[in-house]
Amino acid sequence: MSTLTVVHVGYGVTTQDLGRPGLSDMGLGAAGAADRGSAALANRMVGNRPDAAVLEALLGSVTLRTDAYTVAAVTGAPCPVTIERADGRVHGAAAYEVLLLEPGDTLRVGLAEERLRAYVAVRGGVGVDPVLGSRSWDSLAQLGPAPLTVGDVLPVGAGPGHGAGAEVGVGVGAWPVVDAVPPPLLPWPGDPVVLDVVPGPRDDWFTPDWRTTLTGQEFHVSPDSDRVGVRTTAAAPLVRAVTHELPSEGVETGSLQVPPAGFPVLFLADHPVTGGYPVVAVLTPESVDRAAQLRPGDTLRFRTAR
Amino acid sequence: MSPDLRSAGASAVLATFDSLAEVVAFRAGLAEPGLADTAPAGVTEVVSGARTLLFRFDPAVTDAGRVRSLLTEVRPSRPTDDRHEREPVVVPVTYDGADLDVVGALTGMSREDLVAWHTGQVWTSAFCGFAPGFSYLTGTAPSLDLPRRDTARTAVPSGAVALAGEFSAVYPRTSPGGWQLIGRTDVPMWSLDRTPPALAPAGVRLRFVDAGARS
Repeated sequence: MSTLTVVHVGYGVTTQDLGRPGLSDMGLGAAGAADRGSAALANRMVGNRPDAAVLEALLGSVTLRTDAYTVAAVTGAPCPVTIERADGRVHGAAAYEVLLLEPGDTLRVGLAEERLRAYVAVRGGVGVDPVLGSRSWDSLAQLGPAPLTVGDVLPVGAGPGHGAGAEVGVGVGAWPVVDAVPPPLLPWPGDPVVLDVVPGPRDDWFTPDWRTTLTGQEFHVSPDSDRVGVRTTAAAPLVRAVTHELPSEGVETGSLQVPPAGFPVLFLADHPVTGGYPVVAVLTPESVDRAAQLRPGDTLRFRTAR
Repeated sequence: MSPDLRSAGASAVLATFDSLAEVVAFRAGLAEPGLADTAPAGVTEVVSGARTLLFRFDPAVTDAGRVRSLLTEVRPSRPTDDRHEREPVVVPVTYDGADLDVVGALTGMSREDLVAWHTGQVWTSAFCGFAPGFSYLTGTAPSLDLPRRDTARTAVPSGAVALAGEFSAVYPRTSPGGWQLIGRTDVPMWSLDRTPPALAPAGVRLRFVDAGARS
């Protein structure tokens, strides 16, 4: 089995796949890649099945050495990428292109200039041991393959995919079909990121002007944001019409949960199973991915999808 | 008893009820024979809450309209899950919690009365949340309906037995928490060494016994 050795970790790197949905009855959320679109694209670029595990690297900043011929790709937050050969020669490379690594090569993913989370996929998937059927680290539950540390040796799955139920021969032939894909369009520096929301389930728990308050001003991302949620502030808070306590209820990924201060928390992959504050609206799946790429200090606006 | 149905994003519907008993009955109704032909189509997960059921669905298979019309056909019933035919899980508790005096002042109950009340009923896990293995337990005796503490503790120890509102719970691990603490247990609520890891997933029944009582 081929391996990746972790040479450098900058700001935190975890293993993520599609998560472990279906365990809410035990109080366990799904976790999984925070920006699912970017993780799926990375898998697709190396010919993996969608359930293969990838690395989610905060601000990029991760260096890996391979001991075998390896196909890799970096997506998500755009990062500088270089490949250093065993003899010291350095090959320029780029995010959003299919990377062909030789035994002894070192893949350096530099600091992301914009956005928050980069994804590194290798053909075969990251083959660490799954926990409860998934290779995702859940930061809220503190469960799953532990975040990477320097010196870790990560097994790489054989053949495409390496999903939990991967069998020999399944999916063989799914070689990468592209050399590179265009990176996502970014807003102009200083322009707000626009997130689409579907109103409800508890929009009627707020005063009727909630829609104007939510969509009519800019929100700012707070520093205490993480994989559980993107915390926001703004000039005007959302005001409750129903003031009694909300009995705990199940919440969706992308929920805009509104604590007493009146500024929404945007729930990401590691959100709790249930919450005790009303959810005024829920992000569309595409907007969840965009929210997962917001940095503290970034400006955003909400737009109602209907 | 038709639930109020609310949109919860592009791939979920939230059904709201007036009581936890209605939630339990409606969820039991989902498992009734005959409904299996239609009920699970595209519904990927049902998440119980204190007054709600969240129905997650796969938008590639179904849509909110179809899930909503399906839910109007559900007839509430009594839970028939085989877990309810088993004896309740026994959880020994040492009743020496930091909030015993506060609870006594709020309820007018002596420590002995409180222990008798807590150990003298069967508790059922209504749902889990907050942390893996954190079961919201409802009892068969009338609830004390205790408020949460004004300020949450930054670290409630693992195994702490607590009360809040209509619920009792055991903290599965050290975590922040605002519930009133009445005791502690050594029984782990969450362990990856067993299947399932949670001691009391939704539907499982428990009984507390006084570990300090002489038999």
